[in-house]
Amino acid sequence: MMARYEAIACILTHVDDADLVLSTTGMISREVFSTEDRPGNFYMLGSMGLLASLGLGLALLAPQRRVWVLDGDGSTLMSLGTLPLIATAGPPNLIHLILDNEAYESTGGQPSISASVDLAAVGQSCGYRHVDRVASLGELERTLAADPPEAGPRLILVKVAIAPVEGIPRVSHAPTAIRDRFVAHLHND
Amino acid sequence: MEAVAFWEILKQRGLTFFSGVPDSTFQAAYDVMLSDPEIRYLPAVREDVALGVASAAYFVGRRGGVLMQNSGLGNLVNPLTSFSLMYRIPLLLVIGWRGYGGAPNDAPEHWIMGDKTPALLDLLDMPYAILEPEQPESGLDRLLESIEAKSVPGALLVRAGVIT
Repeated sequence: MMARYEAIACILTHVDDADLVLSTTGMISREVFSTEDRPGNFYMLGSMGLLASLGLGLALLAPQRRVWVLDGDGSTLMSLGTLPLIATAGPPNLIHLILDNEAYESTGGQPSISASVDLAAVGQSCGYRHVDRVASLGELERTLAADPPEAGPRLILVKVAIAPVEGIPRVSHAPTAIRDRFVAHLHND
Repeated sequence: MEAVAFWEILKQRGLTFFSGVPDSTFQAAYDVMLSDPEIRYLPAVREDVALGVASAAYFVGRRGGVLMQNSGLGNLVNPLTSFSLMYRIPLLLVIGWRGYGGAPNDAPEHWIMGDKTPALLDLLDMPYAILEPEQPESGLDRLLESIEAKSVPGALLVRAGVIT
């Protein structure tokens, strides 16, 4: 099974400069930050579970941008009602990735319930236009390369291992600095 | 005031992107909104989800709004403190003020929040205004100025019977 930071590195190679990348609370944002800190990244430092709804709003209001939502299993489960809302609103430019390690790794690796809840099947029943489930780097790479990302909303469930990165830094930007460069990135056509 | 007039005031101020959860306080306003092609509304599953969706407007140079009942303020405490107020992302919350004045007004489930609504907003240092049917613009404009000046969400409190 791949480590989550390997999955994140793979995903970021498929991101274009203009794209928006939103990452959820905790280690996922820290791993995105330490892999590639770009102005088009929005790190959700708090408000666990809120990320996908912000991603939905951005996908609707900036339809010319691809919006990558990097969620976790815990944050997805925390606001599971957001999934049918995304599917109902149906923005074709939204790619919802759930990096599922079946645990709350940021708080010490306590188990979530996603070992017994298939979040890909949830996405399918909610009505996402494309749903994939991958469990290896090769599968992830093939999935990201295969389908045109515009044909969304897409949900990709990425099963990953618990693999803490030793000494990983916190996001060092102030919240308003994250906000301001993200706004500038959006205004920069 | 009439629902059509209420929306004209909001639209004139550039507020045309909303998400929310319904409340009977502005049922008439809902019906008008849903039939107005100039307003985009996404029915959310919870108030925090509505806040997330509507806050996206800020990033594209617009202002979003959330329609909700004051019982949903409880669902917003974390998104407000660790998202909206932390990143300083302005937003208009249009809140139906159920249980206005506390018991015995409205149903029992609204008594406590009905009584605590202004104090909760004060506690969070959020500006708010009460919609007055005689002079709706002046209160709203002061509220919108405060939202912009502080770059935070602010609440427009709507009592039962104010929008018809």
